[in-house]
Amino acid sequence: MDNKLLEVKDLRVSFFTPAGEVKAVDGISYDIHENEVMGVVGESGSGKSVEAYSIMGLLANPGKVVGGSITFQGEDVLAYTEEQRRDFRGKKVGMIFQNPMTCLNPVYTIGDQLMEALRCHDKSISKQEARARAVEMLELVGINNADKRVDQYPHEFSGGMRQRAMIAMAMICHPKLLIADEPTTALDVTIQAQILDLMKDLQKKTGMAIIFITHNLGVVAEICDKVSVMYAGHIMEQGKVNDIFYAPAHPYTKGLLRSLPNLDEKERNRLIPIEGTPVDLLDPPKGCSFGPRCEHCMKVCLTKKPPLVEVGDGHVSACWLHVKEMKAQKAGKEENV
Amino acid sequence: MSGERKKLVEVEKLRKYFPVKSGFMKTNYVQAVQDISLHIFEGETLGLVGESGCGKTTFGRTLLQLYTPTSGKIVYDGKTIFDSEKNIHEKMLPYRRKMQLIFQDPSASLDPRMTVGEIVGEALDIHKLHQGKTERQDRISELLTRVGLNSEHANRFPHEFSGGQQQRIGIARALAVEPEFIVCDEPISALDVSIQSQVVNMLEDLQEQIGLTYLFIAHDLSVVRHISNRIGVMYLGCLVELAESYELCAHPIHPYAQTLLSAVPIADPEKTRSRQRILLEGDIPSPLNPPSGCRFHTRCPYATEKCSQEIPQLKEYSPGHYAACHMLDK
Repeated sequence: MDNKLLEVKDLRVSFFTPAGEVKAVDGISYDIHENEVMGVVGESGSGKSVEAYSIMGLLANPGKVVGGSITFQGEDVLAYTEEQRRDFRGKKVGMIFQNPMTCLNPVYTIGDQLMEALRCHDKSISKQEARARAVEMLELVGINNADKRVDQYPHEFSGGMRQRAMIAMAMICHPKLLIADEPTTALDVTIQAQILDLMKDLQKKTGMAIIFITHNLGVVAEICDKVSVMYAGHIMEQGKVNDIFYAPAHPYTKGLLRSLPNLDEKERNRLIPIEGTPVDLLDPPKGCSFGPRCEHCMKVCLTKKPPLVEVGDGHVSACWLHVKEMKAQKAGKEENV
Repeated sequence: MSGERKKLVEVEKLRKYFPVKSGFMKTNYVQAVQDISLHIFEGETLGLVGESGCGKTTFGRTLLQLYTPTSGKIVYDGKTIFDSEKNIHEKMLPYRRKMQLIFQDPSASLDPRMTVGEIVGEALDIHKLHQGKTERQDRISELLTRVGLNSEHANRFPHEFSGGQQQRIGIARALAVEPEFIVCDEPISALDVSIQSQVVNMLEDLQEQIGLTYLFIAHDLSVVRHISNRIGVMYLGCLVELAESYELCAHPIHPYAQTLLSAVPIADPEKTRSRQRILLEGDIPSPLNPPSGCRFHTRCPYATEKCSQEIPQLKEYSPGHYAACHMLDK
């Protein structure tokens, strides 16, 4: 496909802490096309947010991109000057954060903050025009009485409305790509349902691409076209949403899906948890990062990182089991010949 | 079956208001828990779900008398421990041995300056449950092993543990006094997905081994559905529906319970995209000034005039299935 929007190749991000180097993101690659919604799932500390922050150039000290490339519409994002980057942020890529209260400035009105985003990128817009656009945007995200609401402060908005305002702010410059970092985690389920519906709706209307970062597999199933499953800074499995949920290939994905309680079952069955504890990133395992917790762990898993193996159309998984299977298949074929 | 079972906890018209100063000589009240009546059978798990601010945590803490109830009656194991009408307010220390609490945020609920051994042993000291140091030490090791840690962990500090392990320490502390009844206040919502099921399994095992009774408070309906025998749904301080957990999930009758269930994302792309969703307008009203009549009427798609005037009572519509809604009376 040639409508490729963003290409991330072998991205590596490290945090240089006094205790040592923490490889938060360790060689991940993916593409995002126009009109595509990609979900990134992983537990806390899996590097899913760090990866998004590095696209936006928001990594705080002591975090650093130490390798790989990020290309947006053919331009190298990592080589941007500060000025170019400012133009890129907000205008080409918008971002929504997890906690809308801490991301809105409490001493400015919602309208001021929306207009600021707009006028930063287009100095020629008059104040009246910017205000009209802000009101229009608030209406679009489903805020009633937008022309009154635009002059209110963030504390006068409820949690769900603040998140709507954040979405309006991220989208006011019509970005091609929206990065949503756990946008519904801080919200209640009924409000979460509202926000997810709104995002689906806006995505259809504008045709923008979304990177949706979350730890909730239910949310992913609801909104995403394709999914990346991350664990300890690596992509474990990537594929279309139906492949991931109905034909998971990686033991970690399988384990995650199996550990979820089923709402429909009548009998109470025991949950099947993934044993062990999450990886200590200061001292990661030498081989596959999931190796120590994996039920299929082999010798090779503990010494060497597994390669990404294509297991289906656009469906890749990083596990030595696939390599073993392929070898067995090959051997079988040769025997047949 | 439910008629023969022993009721461990009985709550009648429990109410908790928090005063809020709203000007000179003027006090408003946050109506956090509004006249909740329910009972918990011995050995069962009662789940309590609702959105943030609906009063489920306050209910749990008021039940344990960590907050003094504004009015109502609490009976534990046949003995009245609180009754606002008869002015009974029992000393809680003997009951603390029977009723314990597990907190939501494991790292915030463990004293960072105490070792794990001191944290777990403190309860043993207060209730004088040991004779001498060696017995205390043995008991601590036993408790830690029971929750899947090992006895060497007793000399470490809470920050040396991961979130899931910290929650295990919190559980060991609650178990130290050999309680009968534990209020689990969102015990797993702060944990990672892969750790959640470990803790849920452990809670279930403990229930089986020691015969514990749980009040399980959470906002994640799928976990509550899994662990509970019965589920209560709360909205803005009121209990709106209570039923066996399968019954509630399969046939919710209160409009709010129906909405809540339809909003839970399911980890199954085709199912979750094909189902019909009930979307609510607006946000949860403030408990400072809750709507008159049925508290849900401002957002309810079926609301009539009656709903804004009369408070619906919790009634039994089919055996063991209670709900509070005027619509169901027709």
